[in-house]
Amino acid sequence: MTAPSITMNVMLGTALLGATAGTIGTFAVLRRRALVGDMLSHAALPGVCIAFLIMQDRNFVGLSLGALATGLVGILVIAILTRWTRTKEDAAIGIVLSTWFGAGMVLLSVAQRQTTGYPAGLKSYLLGEAAGIGRGDVQLIALVALICLAIVSVLYKEFKLLSFDVDFATAQGWPTLVLDLVMMGTLAVVTIVGLPICGVILMAALIILPGASARFWTNRLGRLLVIAAIAGAAAGVIGTFLGSPLPKQLLGIELFDNTKYPPGPLIVLTAATFFLFSMLFAPQRGVLATAAAELQLRQRIAREHLLRALYEISEPYLPERPAVAEAQVLAQRSWRRWWVDWWLSRLRKRGLIERVNGDVRLTPAGLGAAAEVTRTHRLWEMFLVESAGIAADHVDRDADAVEHMLPKPLIRELEERLAAAGRLPMVPQSVPQSPHDL
Amino acid sequence: MFIIIAQLDWLEPFASPVAQRIILVGALTNIACALVGCYLVLRRMSLMGDAIAHAVLPGLVLAFIFSGSLNIAPLFLGAAAVGLLTTFLTQTLHQYGRVPTDASMGVVFTSLFALGVVLLKTYVSKIHFDVDCVFEGLLYQAGFDTFEFAGYELPRQLRTVVPVVIINLAVIFVLWKELKVSAFDPALATSMGISATLMHYLLMMLVAVTTVASFEVVGSILVIAMLIVPPATAQLLTNRLAPMIAVACVFAILSAILGYWLASEQVWNVDPSGAMVVAAGGMYALAVLFAPQYGILSTLIRNLQTALRILREDLLLMLYRLEEIDATKRMRPEEAVAAVGGGSLARWALAMLRHRGRIEIRDGRLHMTDDGRWRAARLVRGHRLWETYLVKNLGLQPDHVHAPADRVEHFIHQPLREELQKELEDTHRDPHGRDIPDLNS
Repeated sequence: MTAPSITMNVMLGTALLGATAGTIGTFAVLRRRALVGDMLSHAALPGVCIAFLIMQDRNFVGLSLGALATGLVGILVIAILTRWTRTKEDAAIGIVLSTWFGAGMVLLSVAQRQTTGYPAGLKSYLLGEAAGIGRGDVQLIALVALICLAIVSVLYKEFKLLSFDVDFATAQGWPTLVLDLVMMGTLAVVTIVGLPICGVILMAALIILPGASARFWTNRLGRLLVIAAIAGAAAGVIGTFLGSPLPKQLLGIELFDNTKYPPGPLIVLTAATFFLFSMLFAPQRGVLATAAAELQLRQRIAREHLLRALYEISEPYLPERPAVAEAQVLAQRSWRRWWVDWWLSRLRKRGLIERVNGDVRLTPAGLGAAAEVTRTHRLWEMFLVESAGIAADHVDRDADAVEHMLPKPLIRELEERLAAAGRLPMVPQSVPQSPHDL
Repeated sequence: MFIIIAQLDWLEPFASPVAQRIILVGALTNIACALVGCYLVLRRMSLMGDAIAHAVLPGLVLAFIFSGSLNIAPLFLGAAAVGLLTTFLTQTLHQYGRVPTDASMGVVFTSLFALGVVLLKTYVSKIHFDVDCVFEGLLYQAGFDTFEFAGYELPRQLRTVVPVVIINLAVIFVLWKELKVSAFDPALATSMGISATLMHYLLMMLVAVTTVASFEVVGSILVIAMLIVPPATAQLLTNRLAPMIAVACVFAILSAILGYWLASEQVWNVDPSGAMVVAAGGMYALAVLFAPQYGILSTLIRNLQTALRILREDLLLMLYRLEEIDATKRMRPEEAVAAVGGGSLARWALAMLRHRGRIEIRDGRLHMTDDGRWRAARLVRGHRLWETYLVKNLGLQPDHVHAPADRVEHFIHQPLREELQKELEDTHRDPHGRDIPDLNS
């Protein structure tokens, strides 16, 4: 095969692997079993060595079956330890992971000593060696991908239930233990097929990263799986591309010397970049979006606090709109001067207040807005005092926090309830009396 | 002394000074890991050790690139920095990205490890990145690479390991109370004015430093194992923090000795690191099976004993009630066994009652002895007092109280009976109108 066709082969293999690991890994992430992938890839080593010692041959399928066997035993042991002993799940995973791997290292030295030929293939299970993917390996990966897809589509509803609400699934009479084992078993198969390509640590990454990245973009399981599969496949393709001779041939630049870099780390770094991008820029759950939403909320709260302060100062003089000195505003709360200055200038730009000889005064529009905010505040306050039975002097803080989030329908409902009790002032645009002294 | 015991064949692996040096280094490294590992296991953060052990790789590589040497000080700094970074990133992803803790840990350490591999390949081409070295370490070197101290030939690696053991011991000693409270109850720690966050980061820094020191000596896999396995073993055997740490250290030492023996030429002839892990795992397995309080076997035995006691008591209760209804009627043993559910356990329980002189068989019929009758009366008294209490004080319907009383009757002991009696004063009949037996008559 020529160099590009080898690369294409590897790309196909890693893309399939990434997609499959992303799909089943999503369930592992949702089920809070993300590190089981890590455990599985470590626990595979003794199985690989035992299979090698038995077969005296590095047959991919044989080694994978050995790995699968020890991986499944590991899962079973973790289940027993967490169920029957004082050892917690995290420690149980750690114990199985390290002990199995330690046993694997021992067996590896035994294997190296017993055989005449150096069992070079076994080493690739530690760090991975994607360049060695042959056509047969790709076919195997495709087969595993199909099986995995079949299992996920047949057990879609069950896995969904298991991922989001185990207790409900148990209460509904689903065999959660069996389903859990099927899920982890599928995870084990995918992990083990990927091991010789990505190596121990990086296979764990390929399971966690796509699902964790996809989680930022959607709240629906179906879309989540699709996005995770695409992210996994893309990481496989891009990672392989970066580490292959192709960039040099196509673009004339050498990004990473392909003789030095195993593709595993590059694939993982690509997936990690996806994760970072998703975490920062996803529209709803992303960090920036969350921060922006929080900033907006804080701004609205600050603006409304200031408007209410202005209203409460002006209230005794209504319907006249008095000029308010900044010192009066400052006295209302523990506000900093620069903060009040800044917000006053913003309110002025919005036409809510006007300057009168160095003092400020609410414009008619500003008075309307301030009255609205104050009205909501007092409605809620009154609701809490009358209906929720909270002492009057405890209300102010709670009311402050929540008035900004009250939806219009709730306000209307509150108004109706208070009006029914005859406690809502009937004058339009007016504000109910505060239940406590200002 | 070693010359004398070396006469025994199976002790031969320990005879050479090389072996003793390797065991010394291994044991001290294991102790360093087990000391901090106890807190990881208690905080249910065992896998943080795994994560940090992998994540320090880029720190090591960067430290190496900047210092240009494998000097220990920059390596420690790099490792501590990356250890903190791992902890910080894991927390941040969890808090701000709303990623579950385990997934955020997985994301961080795998990505950092991949970054480490790429950095290593890019900038450190001269150093051969040997897989075995990372996973297994260079423990066997301890036997040959030595320095002289006070007339002894000591392994050079002690210079790395001993300071870490001392640092860990010192921190645990000085911050004993703080670490303890924040391990068991972070909320309480915060309310006591101890910063649980600070303790968390301090612990993670210790883990990182310990990991790096041990990394070079014994390899990453032994570090992870020793952080988790000896403390988990100790947790099965103890109930208090100080004994747990002590027992964990004992198991750390035993793993080193046993592991070296397994690895020796006479047994498996393999690298000692992996064998020490296997030894530690084996001892954990033994603890899981045979630990006196929390072992699977002792739990099974306890459950069996409770089952037998309940069956015995059920048999006695049944005979007592039968006698109460019709003093002339006597049951046959098979009938009695079948009435409490049958099976070999029930037969066993009946045999135990005979053996202990609570019942005897005359003319193929069961008769209670006086001792048996007195014990049965005690049980019935507990049962009926409980029923009365449920009706009088909790207002349950009389026809609803038998089943709950049937369940708790086996666990109503003298003090509780007295309390019930005091509460119910002069009650001599249960809600169903039956006598509550008086134990003095």
